Amino acid sequence: MSARRRPDRAFIALTSSASVVMVATIVAIGVFLVVQAVPSLQDNTTSFLTTKQFLPEADHPSFGVAVLVTGTVLTSLLAMVLAVPVALGVAVFVTQYAPRRLAGLFGGLVDLLAAVPSVVYGLWGLAFLNKHLQPFNAGVHEHLGWFPLFGDTGGRYSKSILLAGLVLAIMVLPIIAALAREVMLQVPTSQTEGALALGATRWESIRLAVLPPSWPGITSAIMLGLGRALGETIAVALVLGTTPALTARILGPGGNTIAANIAAKFGEYAQAGRGALVATGLVLFVMTFAVNALARGIVIRSARRRLA
Amino acid sequence: MTRRKVIDRLFTGLAWGAFLLALVPLVCVIWLVVKNGARRFDLTFLTHTLRGVGPRDTNGGALHAILGTLEQVGLASLIAIPLGLLAAVYVVEVGRGPLVGAVRFVTDVMTGVPSIVAGLFVFTFWVLALGQGFSGFAAAIALAILMLPTVVRTTEVVLGLIPESLREGSLALGVARWRTVVSVVLPAAASGITTGVVLAIARVTGETAPLLLTALNLDALNINPFKGQQAGLPSFVFAQAGQPQHSALDRAWAGALTLLLLVLLLNLTARLLGRRTRLKG
Repeated sequence: MSARRRPDRAFIALTSSASVVMVATIVAIGVFLVVQAVPSLQDNTTSFLTTKQFLPEADHPSFGVAVLVTGTVLTSLLAMVLAVPVALGVAVFVTQYAPRRLAGLFGGLVDLLAAVPSVVYGLWGLAFLNKHLQPFNAGVHEHLGWFPLFGDTGGRYSKSILLAGLVLAIMVLPIIAALAREVMLQVPTSQTEGALALGATRWESIRLAVLPPSWPGITSAIMLGLGRALGETIAVALVLGTTPALTARILGPGGNTIAANIAAKFGEYAQAGRGALVATGLVLFVMTFAVNALARGIVIRSARRRLA
Repeated sequence: MTRRKVIDRLFTGLAWGAFLLALVPLVCVIWLVVKNGARRFDLTFLTHTLRGVGPRDTNGGALHAILGTLEQVGLASLIAIPLGLLAAVYVVEVGRGPLVGAVRFVTDVMTGVPSIVAGLFVFTFWVLALGQGFSGFAAAIALAILMLPTVVRTTEVVLGLIPESLREGSLALGVARWRTVVSVVLPAAASGITTGVVLAIARVTGETAPLLLTALNLDALNINPFKGQQAGLPSFVFAQAGQPQHSALDRAWAGALTLLLLVLLLNLTARLLGRRTRLKG
């Protein structure tokens, strides 16, 4: 080894150790969460998976994720139902309908939605949207109350599950829209032009030439948005009225989410309670990991099919 | 008009409608933050803390929170930017074999880690296991974890756009590998990388959840990020928004305005840098 090559070896050592640190961090996240969660889980007197209440600091600690997981999934699914159609509409609009010269500006405007911090959305939802959503909630219950989701909430419409879902929807919309836009831009314009030349209308060219090759990418964009919604903390902590009960009546307050529960209780809890919160955080980590892995899998599989 | 034309019109309308609908919350949020924030966005707000401010007082400010955020985000950048750059350089320029795949995979996983989980990790690792206690620096570690995947991903993409001939030319002149990367490849990629890095900084500036588990919050000024609890602008807004008094809510709006200005300024900077180079990350 000549003296000239020595700096190269140092260079390789430096860059590869940075890589090792990154990989080690992910491993450490899993390990340390488990280590801190175990003692609290051992002290738990009831089943962690099926218990509804969350009382880790009681004399006989009893806590579980039943309400938290349900609430997390419910608010996130609600957000997806509200956000996905609009996000896809935005992506189609920006890539296909908007005047070429303005497309970049329009896309950038929607991206701005993603730049607004979640605590600002939470404040807006709490101090503004909540007030204006209550009459809407009441009206929906009055006319469509027979539908289980819109069932009776005891006349309480403030800080509703729907409000949390709506705020989450606004937050994931720009993420899904941006990713779907990228996918749709990959479709060669010759494809849509070909369809138009054959006499297709604008919408037919989109339905026949743009959407089919984009579906895997769009699905993965939706999954990534879902992952974001599941883990969103502060906005939900501010706008959702919580109860330790399982409920799917979205027009009123109820339930809680894993992330919001951690943010709300961490400050007031001591050791045992914080350990329990870490255990719920581990569940959230696993949930988001699974959703993101699914998104990744979809992209990889479709790329492989395209090569084959 | 034929049925096909009607359907076409319908979907044109829907696409426009979706776009305009998406702009409603954007305009509404910005308008209200500016309108309500302006009520307390004054000199007192920018030069005072919450020390000795009672629940009914209408004064008090966010100086401690603004300084806390600047320190936390600054330290996070000092950790995440070098680490992310080095890891990306390894993936694109140096590495072969399983570690490259591992870094790619870990970058993907890290992108999906919820910010509250990053906070919990720093709490279990730094605060509990290493016994370092709550501090602004603990928050910086959590923010760095959230920045890292963005820095790696952007750098990876931008380095991939640098033509191979540039490297080959340098290597053919007998320049060492590290020298080629440092003096030829990185300068060519610099502005593209900067855009991505500034966007990553903007993203973590607004993060609230990790702060609550690592730096907690504090009403007084703590200039030392390495010792003791520290406020941040997001945690300031969160704490004030959760209080029932109007004066606290006004402070929350003013804090939100400060935060939004900071984040939009960073985004604008990134966009201007990006326009100049035409390399979009």
